[in-house]
Amino acid sequence: MALRKFLDKIEPDFEPGGKYAKFYALYEAIDTILYSPGSVTSGASHVRDAVEVKRVMTTVWLCAFFPMFAGMYFVGMQALGSMEALGVESLPGWRGWILELIAGYDAANWWDCLVYGGVFFVPIYIITFITGAFWEVLFAIKRGHEITEGFFVTSILFALILPATIPLWQVAIGISFGVVIGKEIFGGVGKNFLNPALTGRAFLFFAYPAQMSGDAVWTALDGFSGATALGIAAAEGMAGVMANGITWTSAFIGNIQGSVGETSTLAIFIGGFLLLFTKIASWRIVSGVMLGMIGLSTLFNFIGSDTNPMFAMPWYWHMVVGGFAFGMLYMATDPVSAAMTDTGKWAFGILIGVMVVLIRVINPAFPEGMMLAILFANLFAPLIDWFVVRANIKRRLARG
Amino acid sequence: MFEYYLSLFIKAIFIENMALVFFLGMCTFIAISKKIETAIGLGIAVIVVQSITVPVNNLIFTFLLADGALAWAGFPDVDLSFLGFLSYIGVIAAIVQIMEMFLDKYVPALYNALGVFLPLITVNCAILGGSLFMVNRGYDFVESSVYGIGSGVGWAVAIVTLAGIREKLKYSDIPAGLQGLGITFITVGLMSLGFMSFGGISL
Repeated sequence: MALRKFLDKIEPDFEPGGKYAKFYALYEAIDTILYSPGSVTSGASHVRDAVEVKRVMTTVWLCAFFPMFAGMYFVGMQALGSMEALGVESLPGWRGWILELIAGYDAANWWDCLVYGGVFFVPIYIITFITGAFWEVLFAIKRGHEITEGFFVTSILFALILPATIPLWQVAIGISFGVVIGKEIFGGVGKNFLNPALTGRAFLFFAYPAQMSGDAVWTALDGFSGATALGIAAAEGMAGVMANGITWTSAFIGNIQGSVGETSTLAIFIGGFLLLFTKIASWRIVSGVMLGMIGLSTLFNFIGSDTNPMFAMPWYWHMVVGGFAFGMLYMATDPVSAAMTDTGKWAFGILIGVMVVLIRVINPAFPEGMMLAILFANLFAPLIDWFVVRANIKRRLARG
Repeated sequence: MFEYYLSLFIKAIFIENMALVFFLGMCTFIAISKKIETAIGLGIAVIVVQSITVPVNNLIFTFLLADGALAWAGFPDVDLSFLGFLSYIGVIAAIVQIMEMFLDKYVPALYNALGVFLPLITVNCAILGGSLFMVNRGYDFVESSVYGIGSGVGWAVAIVTLAGIREKLKYSDIPAGLQGLGITFITVGLMSLGFMSFGGISL
């Protein structure tokens, strides 16, 4: 308990009037991450619950580790697997140095694959974390709000939806836009209306399309080019996907091209079910997204089209390719930017599911639509809630 | 045929949204979006005005102003299209005036809530923009009716959504320098980012 005593001893310095009063937010953050805060409400009612914002955020953060490790492994496996075919001997630069230091170039060795993915993903994550934390702390100190664990979640989710080869300076710009414009200018965690991680990614997507989309960015190996399953499907249809050797099982397990965290649907489901089980992610939103997606994609299957092969993509393929699973379980369920009411959550989820299929199938400009679908539904979430609340008021008045 | 008009309608609402893709009608868009009820009222007013003015202006253009349009009256060489702006804005002003009298008489609550911004619909660029796009793209009468309703609905959807977000933002802690118009402009920008999902769809 020496640490507790030390914290108590230095606390007066951080109180108003103390030496470091400016940095109270930092002190408070360290104190509360280590110990439960001692403050209680002064009024009559006081609800105690072990689950508060900090624990919720930390759980989401931990659940995101499943897709993270799976993603790192598959990034490594794909790159190492194609090295021989391309005649590449080693990974150049500092990344190769680290890789040779603790692992090797064997595609069959899981440790080599994981480290290979790690030397690409870990720097992205570190940059995201440091930049995000910098803005969070700066705003917390300047504006006097608490530092919350929200940025733990934002930073890992943001890092996971980037391609592994993205230049690190773009990572810093993207997370800065997401945290500052998407969240902090509205007053911090809980006060924004768009998902900050997705705002940052959308900014990068439209600002630097060459590094965020296309065929060359997904595999961390110079000279390798491989389209995502959705990219192939949009161009050549489901037959083309099969011809490229992508089976449903490989897409489900995660051995496909894509952003680091979104390839392995299996790992996402493991983490996602944990989130659903702990009731952190709303099952209503998740079911709504599934329902909307299945509904519209089945409708498109029935309508069919001679010119657009995406019409024929069945729902179980929509589920495993692109960012659908990751977006559904980790992004759409963000409690801040989603609808708040129970009925509203259904409508919100269905809107996302419908929009994602609509963008994937109808819009030739973007092969993937999960990011934009969630941002679009975020815009309508307050309005959906307003209509639900109004309907409730009317019903209660009618009841007398 | 029906499919063609439907895609024109959808295009006018989402893909070519007046407010969030062309950024037209910004003054009223930002000023009247504090409350959802008022925004719905103004949205409906814009839909009505837009769906009347665009087809009426289409008739005026086709039978009076376009090059050679006066052939039916015996003047095939006359080109009055330089009177376009004047006539369109005149039609818009007249319709808005009628609308104002109608609301004053039958829906006084909405009339008071909209205040000075109701007559200002006259100079709402989205309304004039609708008529000008109609001339520019050479829509016929049915097309311009569909386009008028669609672009009005698109603008109304945008303002009601913005009002929803702004009602939510009432509980936010916005820095002093950004409160009011500043944060609203940023919000509109972020909304436009969300509407990018339709960019590139060709119907």
